[in-house]
Amino acid sequence: MRLKVNIGNLEFKNPVFVASGTFGFGKEYSQYVDLNKLGAIMVKGLTLNPKEGNPPPRIYETPSGILNSVGLQNPGVDGFLKDELPFLKKFDTKIIVNIAGETIEEFVTMAQKLDIDGVHALELNVSCPNVKEGGMAFGVNPNSIYEITKRVKYVTDKTVIVKLTPNVADIKIYAKAAEDGGADAVSLINTITGMVVDINSKRPIFKNIFAGLSGPAVKPIALKHVYEAKKAVSIPVIGMGGISSAEDAIEFMIVGATAVAIGTYNFINPTCTMDILEGIKKYMNENNVSDINQIINSINV
Amino acid sequence: MKHTIIRNDEIKSGVFRMEFHFEDIPMPGQFVMIDCGGRTLLKRPFSICDYNEGKMTVMYQVRGKGTYNLSKIKVNDEIDVTGPHGHGFDIFDKFNNILVVGGGIGIPPLLFLSKKLKSKNINIVLGFRSDAFLIDEFSKYGNVLVTTEDGSYGMKGYVTDAMKEIINEADIIYGCGPKPMLNAIKDISEKYKIPCQISVEERMGCGIGACMTCACKTLAEDGYHYKKVCKDGPVFWAKEVVF
Repeated sequence: MRLKVNIGNLEFKNPVFVASGTFGFGKEYSQYVDLNKLGAIMVKGLTLNPKEGNPPPRIYETPSGILNSVGLQNPGVDGFLKDELPFLKKFDTKIIVNIAGETIEEFVTMAQKLDIDGVHALELNVSCPNVKEGGMAFGVNPNSIYEITKRVKYVTDKTVIVKLTPNVADIKIYAKAAEDGGADAVSLINTITGMVVDINSKRPIFKNIFAGLSGPAVKPIALKHVYEAKKAVSIPVIGMGGISSAEDAIEFMIVGATAVAIGTYNFINPTCTMDILEGIKKYMNENNVSDINQIINSINV
Repeated sequence: MKHTIIRNDEIKSGVFRMEFHFEDIPMPGQFVMIDCGGRTLLKRPFSICDYNEGKMTVMYQVRGKGTYNLSKIKVNDEIDVTGPHGHGFDIFDKFNNILVVGGGIGIPPLLFLSKKLKSKNINIVLGFRSDAFLIDEFSKYGNVLVTTEDGSYGMKGYVTDAMKEIINEADIIYGCGPKPMLNAIKDISEKYKIPCQISVEERMGCGIGACMTCACKTLAEDGYHYKKVCKDGPVFWAKEVVF
């Protein structure tokens, strides 16, 4: 049974990744999951300088979902290189570093700093809804996506993935902008913007008013975006958004995802990635699928 | 991991005491994450009220969907629990005079702490709005002073009123309760220059330090830093917490 998938110049041992922002830098989950068994770890989004993030509350549960407003709290790219990468390097998995520049120049600087052993790919975060500078402000503008991708590709030979926001009218335009800029893949979706109000105080729960929705509630929306993005580009698509089971993961692959990333569900069941991987193998066995690549983009419309 | 319920009793209106089998031995001040079932998604954090030979006790007040579901769980039902998580209270042999201060539903974890303290002189101040609970259990481990806001039990007023009378004896203060109370304890500890540890609460996601949602604002050299309640805490030195 072949589980390997290729994205950019990389071969991944299987298509089950963990999504940025839901898995820290791997340490916390290493007591629950053998990290060697993951296709890739997409680490917590990094900024050029350390970032403190937003004031609490930062999380609120909704029916089948969660809203978060973390605001990219992270140790900065240098802190990552010093304190987190050495641990991650011990594992036989691919490390995809999510970077969130506040300016195009910051994306370039971070890409240069991360052009080292142990980092396999960069995921350009142009889709975080919880920061004032950069983030989704870039991601809702196809020209910015194109420009950032092009500038980063110019300074690195690493595989470059662009993480897209679903908070746009037509995802195809944004996926195409990434491809035109030279991206090796696109990943989607980041969170969907939402809000929640305390009916007694009549105030928004979150200080930033808006926050990002994730979890099983968003899965059908994510699936639709992945399906549409795949139709618009010829580069691989990494699908994510509300995946909680092998069946969910397979759905994403059928509509065109070369790999999937598990996000919020890691919080609910820290070992869910292993269950999902086993479930995919079971599906392949039962359906006489010898190569996972036969599933990718196999949808009959 | 599934854990069997031994009991789940309403000990006063809306406040439940739940006991279940649990193998991993916790430290005072740590917490567990419990899947509350029904239509909840995330597990909820609960402080540990007691632990005795494979049996863990937590107490909770019915506040939302999760605790409501939990209140309906019956003896011999199974619940999904992870933990123990977090950094609990530090216990120091060098301190002889301990002051434990708790308020409302923040009181239960202090019972497990009080049980583990070996010091000779332990004063315990417990504050309630009205109905008091756990008073007899605490009395086994120290000298208990109770305050109620309505004067229905013990002294009428707040824990800070009761603290004033015994503060001079204390070598260290341990606190858990609502934020305004913790802030007041912190102020008192600073005024009298007594080391103080407090257990804080915040909405949590993963419970293991990965999701960065349970932020506690703390002092840092260059201003402030958000620490993780689930991993760095829930117990912090009061002097580092910024309210």
